Amino acid sequence: MAYIKIRQEKVDKKTVEELKEICPFDAFDYIDAYLSINAACKMCKLCVQKGPEGVCELIEGTPASIDKGAYRGIAVFIETRNDTIHPVGWELIGKARELVADTTNPVHALIIGPSTARAAELALAYGVDKVTAYEHEDYRYHDLERITDIVADFCKRTRLNVLLIGGTPYGRSLAPRIAARLKTGLTADCTKLEMTDEGDLVQIRPAFGGNIMARIVTPAHRPQLATIRHKMFNAPAPATPFGVIDRLSEAAGKQRDRVRLVSTRVRPQVDDIADAETIIALGRAFKKKKDLALVEPLRKALSAELACTRPLIENGWFDARRQIGLSGRTVKPKLLVNIGISGAVQYIEGIRDAECILTVNTDPECALASISHHTIVGDLYDVLPTLNDHLKKNGRVPS
Amino acid sequence: MKILTCIKQVPASSNVDVDPETGVLIRDGKNVKMNPYDLYALETAYLLKARSGAHVHTVTMGPPSAADVLREALMMGSDGATLLSDPRFAGADVLATAYALSQMLRRIGFDLIICGKQTTDGDTAQVGPEIAEFLDVPHVSYVRDVDLRDDKTLRIRTVDDRHEDVLDIKLPCLITVDKDANTPRLPSFKRKRSTRDIRIETWTLDDLSDKEATHYGLRGSPTQVESIFPPERQATGRIHSNLENPGKTLFDILVEQKWLRGD
Ligand SMILES: Cc1cc2nc3c(=O)[nH]c(=O)nc-3n(C[C@H](O)[C@H](O)[C@H](O)COP(=O)(O)OP(=O)(O)OC[C@H]3O[C@@H](n4cnc5c(N)ncnc54)[C@H](O)[C@@H]3O)c2cc1C
Ligand SMILES: Nc1ncnc2c1ncn2[C@@H]1O[C@H](COP(=O)(O)O)[C@@H](O)[C@H]1O
Repeated sequence: MAYIKIRQEKVDKKTVEELKEICPFDAFDYIDAYLSINAACKMCKLCVQKGPEGVCELIEGTPASIDKGAYRGIAVFIETRNDTIHPVGWELIGKARELVADTTNPVHALIIGPSTARAAELALAYGVDKVTAYEHEDYRYHDLERITDIVADFCKRTRLNVLLIGGTPYGRSLAPRIAARLKTGLTADCTKLEMTDEGDLVQIRPAFGGNIMARIVTPAHRPQLATIRHKMFNAPAPATPFGVIDRLSEAAGKQRDRVRLVSTRVRPQVDDIADAETIIALGRAFKKKKDLALVEPLRKALSAELACTRPLIENGWFDARRQIGLSGRTVKPKLLVNIGISGAVQYIEGIRDAECILTVNTDPECALASISHHTIVGDLYDVLPTLNDHLKKNGRVPS
Repeated sequence: MKILTCIKQVPASSNVDVDPETGVLIRDGKNVKMNPYDLYALETAYLLKARSGAHVHTVTMGPPSAADVLREALMMGSDGATLLSDPRFAGADVLATAYALSQMLRRIGFDLIICGKQTTDGDTAQVGPEIAEFLDVPHVSYVRDVDLRDDKTLRIRTVDDRHEDVLDIKLPCLITVDKDANTPRLPSFKRKRSTRDIRIETWTLDDLSDKEATHYGLRGSPTQVESIFPPERQATGRIHSNLENPGKTLFDILVEQKWLRGD
């Protein structure tokens, strides 16, 4: 596999400076006239591409030695707990069908639990070729180690090419265990997926905690694992099933009894912004919690749900379930009004499917302006009070 | 009881941007800080220490400068710290990072490993559970409360979107701690003095039991970043600037598009 080689004979003060300037991760150390790359390196290869000619060289290692043709199919892990089935699974089945289009690769649904019948029927209706249902009364939702045994065994047995798991709290806890067990790659919270003719899954997600997207591949390991957040993709319309169900009722995996559920409580659902039709989203431009009241008349006039960016969650101003974005909710409202939000990639990932986007910002060049249908350039501390006057004048605010 | 906490040094600002013309990443300074989510992990360890007299040892894997966050942890309440640093770890993805850390943690020895919920730069929340798998211990993610039930079992509370669960988990194990699980303490000046003499050891690949270099860093990483690119931005709408009365304009648009009735 590839690594970056430094031609020390071409290194001088000037090239060191240039390289340090280019490297976003501060990965160059220059000690005793010897330039080296430290562990902060993320292999973004900018030093090779944009650095001083010939200093950093990409040495391609031996190419992947796996027989990619031997691995086939995409499996979607369906998360079930008691009688609830997480709908992200249906969205992933839809995506998987797109990825295997024009090939003979099958789409599987993988269901594990004490009762699997309903999930299996639904998975068929959403269009899988095969449901593998591991059903046994001893399978426990929280026993991630045993679930890992079963999934890992399934992947090996079927020589699976791709495993997709919903990026729910549960999926994000289970998927890494499976990846480590199979010693394969896992890409979290992908926002786009593509498939090459060789069966490589191209996983696209924001990276390095910044306004950058990365294309990530897993060239020499199978299966390829990815998690995807709820509502990132659309669920297909249920249709006449064509697939089959393979029900395995013999106890599989090892019982370890290391994690035991003592008690559980279903949390009351707060109004979920994920399903709201009208949303007003507020950003860091709000200086004080008290100022949030400025949007109250508009919220009432539009019957909107309030949502926010991450900094406001960090301030403790909103319940975390009101955060929009990659690490918050994906929303699909008919109308989204953004007030004082810049539009970082992580935020934009959450609003891609909003039908109409209005933005209020002092900065006409903010990233949101380029995806908004209307951007009002103005200071919210000026815009909102005048807007409120107009709302009141027109009797649009219930008193 | 021996608690190991895993922390990471991350960029202080998330404003890494790409120059759309040249494709070069633009950094906003070189400031670094402790991953904010790891503060809750540390505090969880210190609370357990106060209750049970546990020994808290903190580790990180990163460049030599990452020793700074370990110093900070000592000033908050950790009893010892070890840095894992070696250029051969460069380019490590989640698997290679978790593998290297697991090798280190096994050698130090533990009853409980505490990780943050996620990092602000990697943002995968995967390193913790992968470490648990490599060490063959159970794990629970997104922990809010934890207490010792007896000397072999932890009692834990977790909260997700739909459920609040109470779980018992056998030691040795790993937990990742949710944000807001507690109120992290600040580094203390008194501890700064009292921990001044604690030496932070630096380990390299040679200190791990698996010394096969291809298992680490880029070569031990199944995933590869093929390319990076700026997010697409296509202008779709209208920008209303230099407005006499922007509040009125917003009102008019809302009315015009029938989101609001005019009167
Ligand atoms: C791994 C990772 C995951 C993340 N996940 C998310 C996520 O899910 N959701 C999320 O929101 N963020 C997320 N973030 C954070 C994200 O990168 C941004 O930091 C955040 O979205 C910025 O929020 P903001 O737009 O409110 O603030 P800022 O970026 O500070 O923007 C404030 C905006 O307000 C404008 N403004 C200032 N004053 C006024 C005024 N008086 N009137 C009008 N406009 C004004 C400014 O011009 C600016 O555009 C994540 C970050 C990382 C690293
Ligand atoms: N390089 C590292 N050194 C020590 N701990 C780490 C490192 N990377 C990740 N972790 C731990 O794993 C958690 C999750 O990180 P991540 O998977 O990157 O989101 C962090 O909160 C840390 O506790």
